Amino acid sequence: MKRVGIEVSAAIAEAAKLARVEVISAYPITPQTHIVERLAELVADGELEAVYMNVESEHSALSACVGAAAAGARTFTSTSAQGLELMHEILFIASSLRLPIVMVLVNRALSAPLSIWCDHSDVMAARDCGWIMLFCENGQEAVDSVIMAYRIAEDRRVLLPVMVNIDGFTLSHVIEPVEFPEQELVDSFLPPYNPLFTLNPERPVTMGAYGMPEIYTEAKYAQEMAIKGSKAVVKEVMEEFGRVFGRRYNIIETYNLDGAESAFFALGTINENIKTAIDALREKGKNIGLISLRLFRPFPSEELIEILKNLKRLMVIERAMPQGAENTPLFNEISSLAFHNRLEIQLENYIAGLGGRDVDPQEFITIATNPFQKDGKMNYKVIGVRG
Amino acid sequence: MKIYKTLERYTEKPDAEYIASGHRACQGCAEVLALRLAFKVLGKNTILAMATGCMEIISTPLPLTCWRLPWIHVAFENAAAVASGIESAIRILRQKGKIPDVPINVVGIAGDGGTSDIGLQALSGALERGHRMIYICLDNEAYMNTGIQRSSATPYGAFTTTSPPGKKSIGQSTWKKDMPKIAAAHNIPYVATACPSYPFDFLNKVKKATMVNGPAYLHVLSVCPTGWRIPSELAIEYGRLAVRSGFFPLYEVENGVFRLTYKPESLIPVKEYMKGQGRFRHLTEKEITEIQERINKEWERLLRLCEATKP
Ligand SMILES: Cc1ncc(C[n+]2csc(CCOP(=O)(O)OP(=O)(O)O)c2C)c(N)n1
Ligand code: SF4
Repeated sequence: MKRVGIEVSAAIAEAAKLARVEVISAYPITPQTHIVERLAELVADGELEAVYMNVESEHSALSACVGAAAAGARTFTSTSAQGLELMHEILFIASSLRLPIVMVLVNRALSAPLSIWCDHSDVMAARDCGWIMLFCENGQEAVDSVIMAYRIAEDRRVLLPVMVNIDGFTLSHVIEPVEFPEQELVDSFLPPYNPLFTLNPERPVTMGAYGMPEIYTEAKYAQEMAIKGSKAVVKEVMEEFGRVFGRRYNIIETYNLDGAESAFFALGTINENIKTAIDALREKGKNIGLISLRLFRPFPSEELIEILKNLKRLMVIERAMPQGAENTPLFNEISSLAFHNRLEIQLENYIAGLGGRDVDPQEFITIATNPFQKDGKMNYKVIGVRG
Repeated sequence: MKIYKTLERYTEKPDAEYIASGHRACQGCAEVLALRLAFKVLGKNTILAMATGCMEIISTPLPLTCWRLPWIHVAFENAAAVASGIESAIRILRQKGKIPDVPINVVGIAGDGGTSDIGLQALSGALERGHRMIYICLDNEAYMNTGIQRSSATPYGAFTTTSPPGKKSIGQSTWKKDMPKIAAAHNIPYVATACPSYPFDFLNKVKKATMVNGPAYLHVLSVCPTGWRIPSELAIEYGRLAVRSGFFPLYEVENGVFRLTYKPESLIPVKEYMKGQGRFRHLTEKEITEIQERINKEWERLLRLCEATKP
């Protein structure tokens, strides 16, 4: 395996190449652009045998992926923020049609005010679209996740689209050391897409029929069973990936959690700063850890319960601002788990890092040493908000 | 069976039906008739991407289907984008030897709403990219599936539920968007208007569309007895009147060259076309005269275009 220093966006494009994607359909948006530019180059240079579709919008980008996947091609798309919002309608349709499209979502704040910088308001607004959702913390994970994503998506027990989340700029634009697996090894891990049904004149099928009230519920129930069932497949694929490539992944990652009484809970690159804070706190004798999800949808409830059982305090760090909701999306999931499983755990909710705002490790040290007391107005504390 | 004999010119299996009977279209629906005819020409090796609209709703109540062709419906505004994705997939899969190298007609279909309003951007993108696909707009001049609301293809003066005539309204207050010319402005190899009331003209155009190398756009006037407020047995007749009055001229644009494919000796008055239709019932003589003047102008313009682009 060769190890190179490479911009993570370019590495993701290389990963798509290793996955031998066949149709790429995407529309540029900062900070996703480097991924699609690199893919366009790979196709233009004949290094990747694929069709690169220059579509006129994200709505069409995903629509074209739906058509291409339905016709039997391995498809790739990538977007950010407003682009994801423009795709929103088709996100639901892609998953309901059970099409194994892979999208790299380069996380970015939603307008307004217009912001090109990272937070998770885009993915959180699309969290219940029926896509399997993975999160990455570094370039290596991003590369490996794209390869695993196809294997998961195309598994006949799954057949669902997968979204690979990487933080805009803080991950997409940094140069990192990445090990690229050999093509043959990827080929052995990821066989060609062999769909159950395609739009094939020899064996015509109807896709996307409408459902009367007598059948809609059953159709949705079946889809829900599929995404719930995909968790076992995700675990299987991660395990096999570890066997084949030697890099092991878990649906939940933890840091310094053994014997910890309290923990942070967060997604994405902000974890790096949290880890720095944890290291400092540990030196002061505070036993505190970190829980992060590599798999966010389907939500790994059972596995989380097992971990949360042993904790007294959990600090949920959310990079999205709910508007008018009881609480933030991540916190809602966690508190629902805690309530329904009678977990004796103190839950605190923090919003941090909106629209690319840096969150200093010191901030996490403060949080860890001064528990947030609700002031009656807000259920969460917004870190660093001025006046 | 005279029609079958003649149909043999276009198709190997004239009696094959690719949209099965038992669908739920209204009686006299010319949209479904247009589809039935078009697929006879397109044949078995066809993949169809359809927008939300009447033809989708009448044909596929899960778990039933009327389609004997591979068919996909994704959303209202994206038939062209979906079809272009299918075409791209077929191209690369064929190149990689994953599917047999046989010609496949990739067809996108939408109503006038799904084409000239919400789907225009996706259509324009697909035409510009030059996919080898056929796009058929089934123009019944309103959003019929949602219950007769106006579209940008609704004719001036027509009643719809969202362009109701009233003390301060004539009904639809804008002129029909010229979708075929918008398509032609993309400089694609083939654009045509057609109407199933002129079946052989229509079949010819579908056939031609399958033969060009690049996108083809067919704009098909499809009479909707329900929305136009006419008796269902008169659908074919009204299609003829639309053509003969110049309300909907039959022409094609082949590589930029405009040509009328049916030229009436003289146009019948538009009043003949409009008078029996409930959607125009409220119009005064004066208003109809104004419409007549505009139709005359448009007709003259079309004749001049044909003349000017003559090779
Ligand atoms: C994004 C979106 N907006 C609105 C609708 C509702 N809708 C479904 S079909 C339709 C009208 C279809 O009209 P047209 O394309 O002219 O086809 P027709 O039914 O007349 O054949 C509308 C408004 C929708 N499905 N999706
Ligand atoms: S409403 Fe009109 S277009 Fe729709 S099925 Fe009925 S006749 Fe056909």
